[in-house]
Amino acid sequence: MTSAHVEPVTAPQGAPPAERATPGRARANPARRLIPYAYLSPTIVLVVVLMIVPIVMVVGYSFRDNVIVQENPVFVGFANYAKVLTDLDFLAALKNTAVFISVSTVAHLVLGLAFAMMLNTQLLSGVTKAIFRIVYILPWLFTIAVIAVIWRLLLDPAGVVNYVLQTLGLVQEGVNWLGDPGTALWAVTFANIWSGYPFFMISLLAALQGISADLYEAAAVDGAGPLRRFLNVTLPQLRPVIVSMAVLDLIWTSQQFALIWMMTGGGPLNTTEMLSTYTYKQAFSEYEFASASAAAVIVLLLTMVLAFFYVRQQQRER
Amino acid sequence: MAGVKRRHTLAKAGVVTGLVLGGLFAALPVLWMLSTSFKSNGEVFQNPPQLITEGFSFDAYREILGNGEQLRFFLNSYIVAGAVTVLTLLVAVLAGFAFSRFTFPFQRTINAVIVSVQAVPPITLVIPYFGLVVALGLYNTYAGLILTHMVFTLPYAIIMTTAYLNTLPKELDESVKVDGGTGWTALWRILVPISVPGLIAVGVYTFMISWNEYLFALTLTRTNDMRTVPIGIQMLMGQHSYEWNQMMAMSILGSIPVLVLFLLFQRRFIGGLTAGAVKA
Repeated sequence: MTSAHVEPVTAPQGAPPAERATPGRARANPARRLIPYAYLSPTIVLVVVLMIVPIVMVVGYSFRDNVIVQENPVFVGFANYAKVLTDLDFLAALKNTAVFISVSTVAHLVLGLAFAMMLNTQLLSGVTKAIFRIVYILPWLFTIAVIAVIWRLLLDPAGVVNYVLQTLGLVQEGVNWLGDPGTALWAVTFANIWSGYPFFMISLLAALQGISADLYEAAAVDGAGPLRRFLNVTLPQLRPVIVSMAVLDLIWTSQQFALIWMMTGGGPLNTTEMLSTYTYKQAFSEYEFASASAAAVIVLLLTMVLAFFYVRQQQRER
Repeated sequence: MAGVKRRHTLAKAGVVTGLVLGGLFAALPVLWMLSTSFKSNGEVFQNPPQLITEGFSFDAYREILGNGEQLRFFLNSYIVAGAVTVLTLLVAVLAGFAFSRFTFPFQRTINAVIVSVQAVPPITLVIPYFGLVVALGLYNTYAGLILTHMVFTLPYAIIMTTAYLNTLPKELDESVKVDGGTGWTALWRILVPISVPGLIAVGVYTFMISWNEYLFALTLTRTNDMRTVPIGIQMLMGQHSYEWNQMMAMSILGSIPVLVLFLLFQRRFIGGLTAGAVKA
């Protein structure tokens, strides 16, 4: 649910029917030119206070020592960065985050596309599809805290997942999915896959409904079977949405904190430590705000690389 | 002809099977949460598991709803999410009006900054927010949470409001100006009333984001009387030795506002959410 973002495609750069604020009058009264800024002033103040100042602050912290906890922090250059980048826990977090976000995104895409295509079928009535659609969106309507406790219950060594697997003869005894270093990362990734596919599905469903039926008819006339139609019509038509959603999902998933924090706290043995939980621990468990800030800036830079690809993709589509 | 019909039936059977399997994947965990909330705690891990047990009761709900500390989490969540929704809509309407009805220097730059706010990781912001909120005397207050939640809600709200206002014709504002009114009157007398459907979608999404927020609620509060539902759920996890039935009951109670809002405004909401994706 923290997927609190929307495609910025709807941003007004496209072609807003914006009026030139009647140049004649504007010249007559220069104060009129300030009108749009007056309307924007609350936004500008909030963006400065909530984003620009904090980013300047965190960058500042990252070059100092003993920030927040002491009065007079000293400038230490890149020492915090050197400390973080050589910390084995940080490197483990980097690797875990890479696995977590790439597996989650691929699974979100595959499940989201499969479900969207089933929900887009012509074979069922509108009401049936509407009911299934609500069921399929369900996981997305629960807050991450709830998702974490649901999966802790299900994945408990004595829980229902283990019961089913034992009944099917797939495991001998209850597996401690979240407590075993060999399975914990896959268990949290699975919970994240479950909670995150609906957003992909909704966007892909809308995109599927936007594909012209003519394209499918033309392909059918050419003798293309279902598979060919999928590969030659559906996928190319969905490509822009798929690429944007995938990049956005990588960004969101890399920011996932609550799920990991509540399911494993980064353990066992750092096997589910993510960049977000590592940074949080440095700051609020170790009170090492300076090295936490350095880690936070590294996370920001990594996100900016992803965001850069996203923006470039958006511009190419335009 | 019969062959075509049979293939049609087969295809339909295939799709229905797929939909049901997918539906089970989506719904079973939720169903299990619901089922567990009605069990006595001793029955939670009984073998073999049962959906409805002998000890079926509303005790877990009674326990949560009869506990002042738990109720306080709900009150806090309503206060914070309600205030965030009202303030976000207010600021977003003003900003959307500026972007939609004016052309001005740095318009694209300001817009790009607002869009990019969405990508900034919360974990990067939480450290300076902690310093900032303490310095401003807002640590462990509603105001601190309301203010910081708006960093998530505003960008989306501004983008959506601008898009919505762009769909409304200019002639509407002009009619007010002909009568001697200003842009301000046009906005509040004409544009905002017409935009109610769009603003509802923005408001619902804003409420959901704030209701679900976890990291800032965890970091910027200290005492239970300021904490919100997601933190309350987490605290239930550590507090008692795993009262699973109560955790599930609290989870369901904590999910109801979002579920109700979603079901009420589903159509509008999904429409607004996907408007961008379709255009891409």
